[in-house]
Amino acid sequence: MGSKVRVEASVNGEKVDFLCDPRQSLLECLRDVLNLTGTKEGCNDGNCGACSVLLNGRLVNACLVLGAEIDGQEVTTVEGLSASGQLHPLQQAFLDNAAIQCGYCTPGMLMAAKALLDRNPDPTEQQIRFWMAGNLCRCTGYDKIVRAVMDAAARLRESRPNRQEGEEAAT
Amino acid sequence: MKPFEYRAPQSLAEAVALLDEGGLRVRPMAGGTDLLVQLRAGRIAFDRVVDIKRIPETTRLEYDPGEGLTVGAAVTCCRLYEDWVVQALYPALADAVSLIGSVAVQGRATVGGNVCNAAPSGDSLPALNILGASCRVIGPAGGRTVPIGEFCTGPGTNALKRGELLVSLLIPPPRPNSGARYLRFIPRSEMDIAVVGVGASIELSDDLTTVLAARIALGAVAPTPVLAREAGDFLTGKVPSRDAICLAADLAREAASPITDMRGSLPYRRHLVGVLVKRALQGAIERARKNRREDTKDGI
Repeated sequence: MGSKVRVEASVNGEKVDFLCDPRQSLLECLRDVLNLTGTKEGCNDGNCGACSVLLNGRLVNACLVLGAEIDGQEVTTVEGLSASGQLHPLQQAFLDNAAIQCGYCTPGMLMAAKALLDRNPDPTEQQIRFWMAGNLCRCTGYDKIVRAVMDAAARLRESRPNRQEGEEAAT
Repeated sequence: MKPFEYRAPQSLAEAVALLDEGGLRVRPMAGGTDLLVQLRAGRIAFDRVVDIKRIPETTRLEYDPGEGLTVGAAVTCCRLYEDWVVQALYPALADAVSLIGSVAVQGRATVGGNVCNAAPSGDSLPALNILGASCRVIGPAGGRTVPIGEFCTGPGTNALKRGELLVSLLIPPPRPNSGARYLRFIPRSEMDIAVVGVGASIELSDDLTTVLAARIALGAVAPTPVLAREAGDFLTGKVPSRDAICLAADLAREAASPITDMRGSLPYRRHLVGVLVKRALQGAIERARKNRREDTKDGI
């Protein structure tokens, strides 16, 4: 009973291979086993969204997934957002719009926003607010966060001018 | 959290064998969004957790015009409401699963888990009830089918026997000129648990002037979801008018036996049943009319 489980997965594009206790959540495995501490623990029961990560491109709460469940799957965390030393447009937009107060919810906000923009490159304010309803900011800095997401969406659309018409994903 | 063994079988036979091993406390896990919270809080403890997400039958989402929609027990809420067949033919199911938790929860939570969890407020239950869903179960003694109305036996308890697993839900194909809607009331705009949930489905005559059949199901007003049979039957043969809807809503209020708790008082919940039944019926009728128009457009 309760013997360790071997997990082979892809985290931020890199192959990882680790042992975990079946009780350990993906959040605990990321932070305590793989030392990826960007993902935060807030409520640990799926209410606050601080631990938002992408699992096979899908937004999930890492506290509601067992580490053992990611065997053979792909995980993206906030550490996987920037590429070749450049901040992701979402990260830059959060800085430029001062969408960060204490910063604790920020990694989760960024991942939730990325999941939204991957599906819908031009969301309305209302769509952003509904999509991010599962990400709580206890500093209550929601307006600036929503503005930052809209700003990042605009920047991303400009950097992809060759997008075919009719290609837009549904939300 | 007490130690447990994690297993992820790839076939139903393997899953049943793992679930039925003598002397062990075993629980299947689909999305895990309820189970992991309950385990962590120490409300439940198991020797083994059987992850059913690697079994082909539990992850299937398929529509057959003769049989209807098969929803594997491990199909997530997101997969359901993003599916165009579900959007077009089972919008009441899409209504319900798009209300469960946040987007991040919906990416993981399953309708099978919502059913097995058997919370009185579970949003998918009234919707599945009005759509006439049945539960396909497999266990050590073989397979059986349980109507959705008999699956939940109390708050948090279901009809599964030891070693049994919910494999999928089967929802019959929609009838011609029919429509259905699920609505719930919560005091905020997102991320909450139903104070009252109401599902309504309606089937109209070809000329849309007469109700052929109606079903109304209520959530969060009794230990298990309630089918307000009298309210639905009352509408049969009637003109789908405002008066008829109001009288059906009155009958539905009588079918509710709510309690007072932190989410709402008994009289408040009973009042909400009336309001939501009217709105859900109106929504169902609108959808039935829209379906009729679309059928005519296609020349069917």
